[in-house]
Order: sequence, then C-alpha cells, then structure tokens
Amino acid sequence: MTGNDILQTVLYFGALAVLAGPLGLYMARVYEGAPCGLDGVLGPLERLFYRVCGIRQDEEMDWKQYATAVLIFSAAGVFLLYFLQRVQGALPLNPQKFGAVTPGLSFNTALSFVTNTNWQNYSGETAMSYLTQMAGLAVQNFLSAAAGMAALVALIRGFKRHSANTIGNFWVDMARGTLYILMPLALVYSLLLVSQGVVQSFGKYRTVDLVEAGNYEIPRLDAGGNAVKDANGDPVMEKAKVTRQVIPLGPAASQIAIKQLGTNGGGFFNVNSAHPFENPTAFSNFLECLAILLIPAALCITFGKMVGDRRQGLALLAAMFLILVPLTFLCAWAEQGGNPHLASMGVDQAASALQPGGNMEGKEARFGIADSTIWAAATTAASNGSVNSMHDSYMPLGGMVPMLLIQFGEVIFGGVGSGLYGMLIFAIITVFVAGLMVGRTPEYLGKKIEIFEMKMAALVVLIVNALIKLGTAIAVSTKAGTAGIANPGPHGFSEVLYAFSSFAGNNGSAFAGLNGNTVFYNTIGGILMFFGRFWVIIPVLAIAGSLAKKKQVPAGLGTLPTHTPLFVVFLMGVIVIVGALAFMPGLALGPIAEQLMYH
Amino acid sequence: MSAKKIKRSLFEPKIVRRALLDSVGKLNPVYQIKNPVMFVVETGSVLTTLLFLHALITGRGEASAVFILQISVWLWITVLFANFAESMAEGRGKAQADALRKTRKDVVAKRLSKPARDSGVTQVPSSGLKKGDVVLVEAGDIVPMDGEVIEGVASVNESAITGESAPVIRESGGDRSAVTGGTLVLSDWIVVRVTASPGETFLDRMIGMVEGAKRQKTPNEIALDILLAGLTIIFLLVTATLLPFSIFSVKAAGQGSPVTITVLVALLVCLIPTTIGGLLSAIGIAGMDRMIQANVIAMSGRAVEAAGDVDVLLLDKTGTITLGDRQATLFISAPGVDEKNLADAAQLSSLADETPEGRSIVVLAKEKYGIRERDIHALGAQFVPFSAQTRMSGVDLNGRQIRKGAADAVEKYVQKQGGTFPAGVRAAVDDIARQGATPLVVAEGPSVLGVVRLNDIIKGGIKERFAEMRQMGIKTVMITGDNPLTAAAVAAEAGVDDFLAQATPETKLKLIREHQAGGRLVAMTGDGTNDAPALAQADVAVAMNTGTQAAKEAGNLVDLDSNPTKLIEIVEIGKQLLMTRGTLTTFSISNDVAKYFAILPAAFVSIYPALGALNIMRLSTPQSAVLSAVIFNALIIIFLIPLALRGVKYKPLGAQTVLRNNALIYGVGGLIVPFIGIKLIDMLITALHMA
Repeated sequence: MTGNDILQTVLYFGALAVLAGPLGLYMARVYEGAPCGLDGVLGPLERLFYRVCGIRQDEEMDWKQYATAVLIFSAAGVFLLYFLQRVQGALPLNPQKFGAVTPGLSFNTALSFVTNTNWQNYSGETAMSYLTQMAGLAVQNFLSAAAGMAALVALIRGFKRHSANTIGNFWVDMARGTLYILMPLALVYSLLLVSQGVVQSFGKYRTVDLVEAGNYEIPRLDAGGNAVKDANGDPVMEKAKVTRQVIPLGPAASQIAIKQLGTNGGGFFNVNSAHPFENPTAFSNFLECLAILLIPAALCITFGKMVGDRRQGLALLAAMFLILVPLTFLCAWAEQGGNPHLASMGVDQAASALQPGGNMEGKEARFGIADSTIWAAATTAASNGSVNSMHDSYMPLGGMVPMLLIQFGEVIFGGVGSGLYGMLIFAIITVFVAGLMVGRTPEYLGKKIEIFEMKMAALVVLIVNALIKLGTAIAVSTKAGTAGIANPGPHGFSEVLYAFSSFAGNNGSAFAGLNGNTVFYNTIGGILMFFGRFWVIIPVLAIAGSLAKKKQVPAGLGTLPTHTPLFVVFLMGVIVIVGALAFMPGLALGPIAEQLMYH
Repeated sequence: MSAKKIKRSLFEPKIVRRALLDSVGKLNPVYQIKNPVMFVVETGSVLTTLLFLHALITGRGEASAVFILQISVWLWITVLFANFAESMAEGRGKAQADALRKTRKDVVAKRLSKPARDSGVTQVPSSGLKKGDVVLVEAGDIVPMDGEVIEGVASVNESAITGESAPVIRESGGDRSAVTGGTLVLSDWIVVRVTASPGETFLDRMIGMVEGAKRQKTPNEIALDILLAGLTIIFLLVTATLLPFSIFSVKAAGQGSPVTITVLVALLVCLIPTTIGGLLSAIGIAGMDRMIQANVIAMSGRAVEAAGDVDVLLLDKTGTITLGDRQATLFISAPGVDEKNLADAAQLSSLADETPEGRSIVVLAKEKYGIRERDIHALGAQFVPFSAQTRMSGVDLNGRQIRKGAADAVEKYVQKQGGTFPAGVRAAVDDIARQGATPLVVAEGPSVLGVVRLNDIIKGGIKERFAEMRQMGIKTVMITGDNPLTAAAVAAEAGVDDFLAQATPETKLKLIREHQAGGRLVAMTGDGTNDAPALAQADVAVAMNTGTQAAKEAGNLVDLDSNPTKLIEIVEIGKQLLMTRGTLTTFSISNDVAKYFAILPAAFVSIYPALGALNIMRLSTPQSAVLSAVIFNALIIIFLIPLALRGVKYKPLGAQTVLRNNALIYGVGGLIVPFIGIKLIDMLITALHMA
C-alpha cells in the first residue's frame, strides 16, 4: 500500500465521520416532526401534499397497516415503472427514439429500482429515454430510499415507545423523508456535480469525429445476432475501423446525486460512475463516494438521538467503521500488490510518480487504486452498487472484499434505512446471546427480546442467506444459469455468487463478466430482489410492532450495556462469524481458491 | 433449622446406569424431532448408515466403507451423548421423585359427615376423597390429602415433604392452618377440609415437577431454540448447496471429484450448534434440579428463569433481615419513676408472655436489677394476652393493672384511665424509634412508668449479601410493619436500598404493581394468607412450606426449608441457568471456525489443490481431518455435561465484567480449543491408522 492509499482512506472516513453527526441530528428532527429549519420553505408544500392526498398527518398505523402501506406503495411503483418502460417509445423526452424495453428486462428493472437494488441489465444510454430515466428510475431512486428510511424509523419508534400499538404513519414518514432529507441533499449534490462537469441536458446525443481513428476486431455475428464460431469453437473475428464516436447526453447530474445518496447505485450510463460524464474529476469522485455512506452513517446518529441515548447509535456506527476500514485497507493492499502473472512477465507494477502501480486492469486512470478500492468497499458495504471500476478485474482477494461485504447481509452501513434495520436485527441477536451470558433474559434498549423477536430476526438472517445460496445453486446447476458465465474456473463461480449476493442483498453492483440480460437472470434476479427487500422489511416491521407494545425495562447494574466497546466487539464477532461461517465454503471455491492458485 | 438436603454426586452410578439405558430409548425419532438440532444429527446418522450399507454391499460407495462407517458411528454417538446428557439431568430428578413417591401411600381416611369432630365417621380410602370433604385426623394418622385445618390443633411431622424432622404445629385459623397429604400427625387431633382432588395434591405436583413429566419449554428456551433452528437451517443450506457448487467447480477446474454426501453430512453436523443443541434441555432440567437441591420446588420452569431476571427483591424484615425476635436492651423510666420499678413492672407483665420479646425483658430485668423470675400463678396474677384490638398485653395482679404495648396504644389506654402521657416518655419513644429500635411503653393504671427498648438484631452476613445484590443490579426493599422511623434505621443498618414501612397487604400489592408498571421484575417471599394477593402478583413468588395453602397456591416456588433468605439463592440459580445457556451457545458457534479449517480443505483439495493451504492444522489426510472434526464435535458434548448440570459459576459482578469474562472463556476459548482438540484427535487417529 502506498502513502496515497492510506491518506485517501483516512481522508474519506474522516470526512464521513465529521458529516454524519450534524446530518444525523437533522434527520432525527425531521422524523420526530420537530422544526428542522426548512419548515418555512417546505412546510406549505408538505401540507399541500397531505391535503391533496387526503392524508391525516396525526393518524398512526400499527405494524400491519404500515407494512401493507409499504407493500401497496411499492407494488404501485413496480407497475408504473414497468409500464413507463414498455410505452416509452410513444412518450416525449425521447430524442434517441428508443423503443419499448423488453418485458423481461422491464420486469427486472422495475423490481430492481423499487427494491433499492438498481441491478442493471440494460445500458442507460442505449435503452432508456430521458423520461424513463427521470420520471421512472430517478423517482424510484428517491422513493425506494425514503421507504427504507421509513421502515427504519418505524423500528426505532418500536424501541422508543412502550405499551403502544402504533409505529407511525408511513405516508408522513415518506413525505418528510423525501421532502426534508433527500430532495434538499440531492439538489445541493446535483449542483456540485454539474460544477465538476457532469452533464445535465435534454439534448440529443452528439456524433463527433475521433481525434485518432481506431482499428479493432469484432466477432462476426450471424443473422440471429449470435457470434459465429469456428471449428475450435472460438468466435470468428473480423476487422473493423472506427472514425466517429457518439457522445451520449441526458439529465445525468440530477439522477446521479440521488443514486449515490439513496444507496441506489443505478448509473445513468452503462459503466456507471466510471463514465467521465457521470464522474469526471477527483473531486466529483470524492463527493459521490462520500454520498454512498453519508446517509447510512448519519442514520446511526439519528437512531441514537431518537431512542434518547446517543451512545447506542455511536456503538453501531463504531462497529460499522471497525469492520469496513480494515476491509478497505485489505482491498487496497490486494490491488496495490499487482498481479503476480504480470509481475512474472516483467511488468513494472510499482507505484511511482508516473503510474499508480498495482492492478490497474478495469480501473480508471484518473482514479487509480485508492479511489477505486475505497469506492468498491463503500458501494458494497452500503447496498449502493454503483461502481467506478470493474470488480470483476480485481485480484481475487480484492474482489472478495466487496463480495464479503454484501454477504455480511448489507448491514455494514448498508442501504439507507435498510442497512441500519439489518444491523439492529444483528444487534438483537447479539443481545440475545450476550444477554444470556450475563444471566438475564435478554433485553435491548429496555425491550425484552422474546420468542417473537427471535423468530423474526432469525427469519431475516435466514431469508437473505437462503436466497443467495439457493439462487447460486440453481444457476450453477442449470444450462440457463451457466450459459451467462464468461470466465473459467473459480472466477466464473465468483461471478455467479457475486451476482446472487447482489440480488438478494439489494446491492445492485455486478461483478461483470456475467451476462445478466437473459430470461433466466432477469426473472430469477427480479424475484430475488423482491424477496430480499420485502421479506426483510415485513419481519422488521413486525418486530417494530411487537417492541412498541412492550414495557420499557429500566437499565440497572445487571443489565447488559449495549454502548460499550465490549458490546461493539461482540456485535462485530457475531456479524463476521455468521457471515463468514455462512459463506466460507462458497468463497473457498471462488476467490479463495483463485487467490491461492497464484502462489 | 437443619434440613436434610439430598445432595447427590454428579455421576452417581445408579443414575448413570439408568441414563445410559434411557439415552438409547430416546433415539426414537418422534422424541428427537422436539429438538431440531439433534434431529438433524440423527437424520444424518441414518443417511450415513445407509451410505455405508450401500458401499458395503455394492462395493461402489462414494467413499471407502470403513470411512463412512466411522463417520456414521460417531454421528450416532453424538446423538447418544446428547440423549445421555438429558437423561442424566432427568435421572437426578427421578431419584428425588421416587423418594417422594414412597411417601404417597393410600391410607384410610376418616371422613366426617359434618364439619365437626363428633359427627359420624366413615372409613374411606384417601383416593376416594373429593375436594370439600371433611376428615378427622388423629394422633398416629397420616394426613390423607392436602387440606385446611378447620378445627383443633396438632403437632405434625412434615419430614416426608421438607426433610425437617422437628414437628410443627398446625391449627385452625391463622397462617398455620395448611396440612399436606402424606404428613404424620404426632399428637392431638385436627379436623381438615380437603382442598385438593386426588392427583392434584401438592405432593403430586412436586413429583410431577421434579420428574420433568410436566416440563414445558420455557419462553427463553423456545427463543433460543428458534435461534438454533435458524442457524441449523442456514448451515443446512450451506452444505446442501455445496454439492452443486462443487459439481460446477469440478467442471470448471477440470479435475477432482465433487464433495461426497458423507463429508457433507459430517460438515453439517460439525457446523450446526450441536453442543448447545444437545445440552439445552439438560441445562433446563439441571436448573430445576439445582432448585430441588436447594430444597425449593419450582412450580414451573418459567419461575426459575424469571428468577434470573429479578430486579427488585421484597424481603420481610422479620426473619429475613433481622433475627425473628427482638431483644430488650434498655429500660428508660418516665420522669419521677424509679428505673427499678419500671423493670419490675415490665418483668411482671412479661412473665407469662412466651414471645421472645417477653422473655428477653425478663432476662434483662434479671441481668440489670437482679429481679428474680417469679411464678405468676403463685402470685395469683392474671395474664392479659396480646390482642389485635388493644395491641397490648399485660397482667392484672392484686388490683394492679400493668400493661405494655406500642406507644399510641398505651397512650390511648392511660388517657382512658384519666392519666396523661408524659412528654419525657414521648421523647424517649421517638429517640428509640430513630435508632431503629422498637419502643415498648409500660404503664400501670393511668400512669406511664417508662419505655423498654427492643432492638432488632440484624442477621450476620446479610449486609454483604445485599451489597452483592446491588452489584448484580438487584434492588432490595425491606417490608416491615414498623413505623417509618424504625424502618429507616433498620434499613440503613442492614444496607437495603429501600423500605416499605407500616406495610399492609394492600400497600405491598401496590408496591409490587408500581415496580412492575416500571418494567421491573419483582420477587418476594410470603407465608400468610394475607400475603397471597401479593404473591400472586409478584413475578417470582416464594411461598414458605410452613405457610398457608393459599400462600402456596399463589406462589410459583415453594421453599421447603421455609427460609426467607432463600430468595437470594434462587436468584443466583436462575442467573446461572441463563448464563449456562448463553455461554454454551457462544462456545458452540465459536467452535465452527476451527471445523471449517479442518473440513473445507479436505473436501475441496481434489478440485483445487491450492486449497490445501487452508489446512493450517496440518491434519494428516482428508479422511482423518473430517473424522477428527466429527469426533471432537461428539466428545465436547460429554466433556461439557458436568458444566451443563452444575451450571456456569456465578459471581456477583456487574454485567459488563461478567460478559467480558464469559466472552473470553467461552467465546475466545471456543475459537481456540477445537484447533487443539482436532489436532490431537488427528494425531491419535493417524497413530492408530484409523483413517
């Protein structure tokens, strides 16, 4: 690792830690309904919205009503987004005259964006009209994020309240979260990104002459669009020459801001934040990378503030930091070490004034190792999934870091809202075991953890685990599944395992190398994203409802304190051991085998 | 009291023999399915047995028949070990139940036609008695059924139930009216109204509880079961999907062979939390058993668990915090009265007073003023016993009327006689009360003679126990009928956190409800009928065995020793039970890390030889690695049986310290121990050429 790697990492996490505090406290005020400073401007808008929609602001919901509202709202989002894609050809703001997106892809994309996954089996610049991007995808970027935060806030209320039947009003939480948190932040971010050169335009794509014409080979395609193969099964190549280039445009900055802030991750352009129009400069890269973890980190502070004990939030945040920072360094170290195969061929992979060194395959020259690996760790720790480098091209160990971070259950920061409620599920499990060890039936934040909570918590951990493993097992055992695998050996296995981890964890990043736009992957992916999102939200809200009904047990000397370093270590142990135990065999056949084969 | 406690060594041969037999019987899958973790192990055992037979018969098994057989045998042993642990725990209860059952004989009862001694007697077998029947029990008879004395008084030997051979008095009315079936009336007679139907008596319930016949899983046990079942399903998924993963990898790598079912089953059994899964029910039963060892009968497993959670302990002052009797320590005469006169009057009024307080006054009078004990009958004196109305006792002697009692009662008495209550005495009374002692005012006719100071004697060592309680986060509240001043002083001296003075059944109930409304769990002891509502309200309610039937019905624990301090021990047993569950769960899960390092390289080394690098224990062959892990997994259950039965050692420390210690021992220890254990077993296996 170079000094630059260390400096960048410290700078990044330092900035994150500094900004999380004020934003977290601000968000607590928003969800508690307290004045937050923007009421003068946004208050009338909020009240207008309630009047128009007939929402009674003070009417509260029990957990079943809340969950029903989440499901109905999300279902409506899926249908709208599906139809928007299907009819985009007939709608305005479509300068490139894109036709309807295929049904399978529309289904996958609709579920992908509503579940805050943003797995993309399409290329934005060749498939989606500006209207679809803005009114469909970007809108879901806001709403799926707000829905995740709403579910979290409902859970926090479950801890905070006692002997209560209700956990808040979903519509109000959605409205306030979108209006007071996501929109102002996205606005500021969009402007900052535009200042760095991120495009924001309704104009047509431009065609320009290349400075230097390029010669290359492409595989010959038959009438069906499939590659023609020779006797050896290798594709037949033909020469091609390129002299002109199409430069795609679009309202990108506004969408990129929320894609990063809302841990959505769905790029405006296909290569996501590796694209110069999405992420042109080192500063834009820093901003976007910061945005990935900003809200998830700040929500920990919100949590502490709302339950009335800031230390509780800090403890969870500390656990997240303590897992992510070493893994970030591990990733940077693995990548900066370079590729032994190249080294054996005498390639200089040392960092110097002229080159970043290390394994630069699949990384943007303007970002280098540090900015790529920090992003890779952050985007998979949070269930963001945007990329600025190709994880498929990482060293096996470097690529294992993002995969492992997803497999921890997207609780190390995780998605906005969803990450922290996932973390709280792990905290409940930790409290259960640790609480018993001090000789009391377990309690967390004054709430007894009993049969119902354990049932739901076990369900949450189980569902995500089952989805990843069963999905991967089906994919590697069927023709349809193995057909999409591009690489041989353990690396091919890693690609599939990564994809299913990403679906079920609602991450959305891809290892690449896997052709996901097939009926098989579109369908199974859509289903997994759906279950990975809602089969977690429902038990979480059920826990919220059950906790709200309980009495508050005052803390005493015999109570297990849940804000101490000891508890943080215990919590980390549970997350890492459960994650590692559940995925070690899979990882052994993928990245671990691949890494060991280098030596 | 010297109760005969039935202490058993952990591995009593008789119990072990019975447990060994039982553990085979428990292989019945219908029984095993109640424990999801062990059911999975048993299914795995059956599966590997079939694979072994397949390999043996066809000669084309997925691995060598000897290897499959060894795995299979060790899986069966794992199930047997877990069964053995449970049977051992049950066996200890059963031995106790057998002893109790011996006392439950069918006796001939004398049923009365009317609730009066002289009504007609019918001879009926005790099993034919119904609730509400009235029976006569005379000297030498065995009480046929639980009931309440409605007439008469008798001394009863209750050693069959309590192990205490000194007879106790049972009489109608008051708090000593309950009799238990199976106990022996030694003298006199009593008329008893039967309060239990056959099969539902206290003895029956006790046998049921200690035998575990009625044992239901407690809520916390169910919650833990869910966690363990969740982990089991996760690991089931891990191993089940490993087959397609490895088939794919064989294709991708172009070498090696997919992982065998035998190895997958071995991996599964090693990963699922068999240690805690196998010992969980033993831990629960052992918790009940430890209660029995402490001579406490838990009416439900839930009560034992709740005991660990207690936040507030309500303790009666008398008998628990202080010795049962107060001692006279000082005479303070009223202004103008000779101290010796006071002592004399006090002694006279106490001669016939058989209470410990009364006797202590006689003793003090002799010690201080040499006033000899006199025969009250010879003096022609008439003793006036204490009554709830007058709240005084005394003596009428040659026209002298000497009374002693609480200050306000005596004040009323002298005012009625036309006398006044001197200010000097009032000051002395207040002074004594402030010191935590009890003032007893002595009066003769209309004039007050002075005050006797009665001191509470705080039990030795009790203050330290309360300090321990505080360390554990438990608040102690002293309950007393004394006035607030006295109560405060005693409370300060004994080191309790709070007190409830001038307690009545209503204020007690209110206090419990207040604490419960604040989310706290309340424990209390009681024996009287008027304690029953409070006992029913408390989360952990310990009824004294000497107490009334109503109190015993209301409590969820019965202390056979009738020792009010027992509550503290009960709390510790409850905590121990929960801690044992927590620590073994942690240990069980931590163990998995080492098992992965043993089995994964063994399973995949043929596909990717590079994975051999993960064999950090340097186990000799893939077969020996898998076998060692399975053997370790089985043996650890046996090694931990004593811990499961005895419980994790409990020290009264803060939660933070307890967690740190246990996390280090069972968490970090659980990570390290299997590395050593598996390596040692592997060395042994290799030396014996077993694999």
